[in-house]
Amino acid sequence: MLTYIDKIKEISRRLLKESKVDLVVGFRKGTVPMMNEPCFVKTVEDVDHLVWDGNCGINLANYLTNRKEKIGIIAKGCDSRNIVTHIIENKIKRDQLVIIGVPCNGMIDRHKIEAMAESEIKEVSETEDTIQVEGDGFEKTLDRKAMLQQNCVICVHRNPVIYDELAADAVKEQTEVDRYADVRQIEALSPQAKWDFFENLLSTCIRCYACRNACPLCYCPTCFVDESRPQWVGKSQDPIDIRTFHFLRAYHCAGRCTDCGACERACPMGIKVRLFTKKLEKDCLELFDWEAGLTLEKRPPLDTYRPDDPDGFIK
Amino acid sequence: MKVIKIDKKNWAEGLERSSRTYRLFGPLEQDGFHVFKALGDGELPNLDVQNTRLSPRSVVYPQSEKMFEFTLDEKQEDHHILKEVSKDYSPRAVIGIRPCDAKAFLLVKRNFETPEYKDPYWLKSYEATTLVGHACSGPCSTCFCTTAGCGPFYEEGLDILLVDVENYFLAKILTEKGERFIVAAGWEIEIDLPLIDQADTMKAAAEAKITTRVSTDRLRDKNTTDLFEASFWEDVAFSCINCGTCTYVCPTCWCFDIQDETYGLSGIRMRNWDSCMYSLFTLHGSGHNPRDAKVQRVRQRFMHKLKYYVDRYDNGIQCVGCGRCVRFCPVNIDIRRVCDLMNSFES
Repeated sequence: MLTYIDKIKEISRRLLKESKVDLVVGFRKGTVPMMNEPCFVKTVEDVDHLVWDGNCGINLANYLTNRKEKIGIIAKGCDSRNIVTHIIENKIKRDQLVIIGVPCNGMIDRHKIEAMAESEIKEVSETEDTIQVEGDGFEKTLDRKAMLQQNCVICVHRNPVIYDELAADAVKEQTEVDRYADVRQIEALSPQAKWDFFENLLSTCIRCYACRNACPLCYCPTCFVDESRPQWVGKSQDPIDIRTFHFLRAYHCAGRCTDCGACERACPMGIKVRLFTKKLEKDCLELFDWEAGLTLEKRPPLDTYRPDDPDGFIK
Repeated sequence: MKVIKIDKKNWAEGLERSSRTYRLFGPLEQDGFHVFKALGDGELPNLDVQNTRLSPRSVVYPQSEKMFEFTLDEKQEDHHILKEVSKDYSPRAVIGIRPCDAKAFLLVKRNFETPEYKDPYWLKSYEATTLVGHACSGPCSTCFCTTAGCGPFYEEGLDILLVDVENYFLAKILTEKGERFIVAAGWEIEIDLPLIDQADTMKAAAEAKITTRVSTDRLRDKNTTDLFEASFWEDVAFSCINCGTCTYVCPTCWCFDIQDETYGLSGIRMRNWDSCMYSLFTLHGSGHNPRDAKVQRVRQRFMHKLKYYVDRYDNGIQCVGCGRCVRFCPVNIDIRRVCDLMNSFES
């Protein structure tokens, strides 16, 4: 995956030179370990700023919403699925895009690595199989697979589902993964235990909305928590309002979420917010045999009605 | 200024004694990181932590704070009258605050105490608070305090500065508030000159560890309109997702929003932290929003901290270099980079 960048640059230069696109959306090197910054490049010269490695976990589809230009976009499997969702939901047009597909081996979980470091991390580098972490007085070589974002560990769509050019050969898809072990654990809890679990999960939320804003699905002109006439949700640190935000946001993502993990990656407090959206993702798979963002041909289950839709919940 | 040494053997006991007079706050672990919290009985602040994830500003200025309560029950004589909520302004002490975070309170005070306006809640809280600082011997790589108007052993804003020297804390008592705290803790006043020398050496070593710097020298002379219209804002703002992380982890951000909430016939008026990153922050009643676009909001944050504040108070930038926004920005927007862009900007 670390060798993709040359091909990414080559394609980007060509697209810009031939005026096939007005800009290319990708990543530039970050200023702190395990962070790259989403950026755009508009000139052939600036293409050199682009980077690609395991720190490109932010979902770039989020940067396409309502844009008018012709855009080249670098897309991992999950980004590509959100591009599909964006096209279906009329947030961007297919013919505005040149999608540079990037087969993905998973993105590094910065929260996980920070949690196991003995002191501040000064430098992180990676190979295809390992991650080297250095800090004051410690140095560790970690197995790359064990340090991936949890959504990448269980990902079954690592290759882009829609693209115009590929930056590398497709990678092998994972087949033997248990995608919903954590959801099943929560499902098995008693109602009270579930309530306590979620209350504890959200206890550190500061309502910065990083989860919502990192999410390509959350493009509403005015989010329900920001409505002021009428105001639906209180703005304080009252746990009821915090819960309302997270629960409702998750429902708004039902049948649309690709489990790209951007929300969890963005959370400054390290809250496992994917646990909400994953339950709904699981339900959509079980009830409608649906995974979001795999095809432009079908409407998502929650914006269509079919007579044979499951209705077992009506007692 | 008095300098005393506190034997670490007497640390817990002193805190315990001080807790009879003060409500104590300090860094405590929560889900793998540290935040400032009220210390329970016998609970000790964790002074090993480099810095807390959230700044201690909430100790003085909570994220949500009740101001008034009221009843809508017209059978009550005082219906629809806002009544002050009683609050606890008894003495409190923040143990283990970093010098940058303490300096931040002085910056925020410029906003909450002006000749025209005095914010009663913030001021009463602040006045009730004694800040017992802990010098940084091992600053983070994202710290740039030495070029942001303070430093790892900076004293202004603190009441006491503790320097961790092996088996002792060297305590510099910087204010009368600090002295009162030492008396309440009952630590022996004992001076040790070699220890002071050692602390001075540590100070120089800590300052030398701070290798990232910002240049702010030319901000004041820049033309505001030129900076406002600079072409780099589009590039700076592109990655921003307009979340409130940078503003909520910041020790110097002070903006709030006032809200009324009712439940049945009773209600409260409260204020909550607000963020200039949010679209709602400037939305007018008319529906017009003067900062409708992301780029305007990103520009506002940096212009406020690095230009408007500089111009208005002529007292440095509205940033103490704690580096939290650099570390926790989900998309790695780095104020050090933006500050240098602004400082070196030529129209």
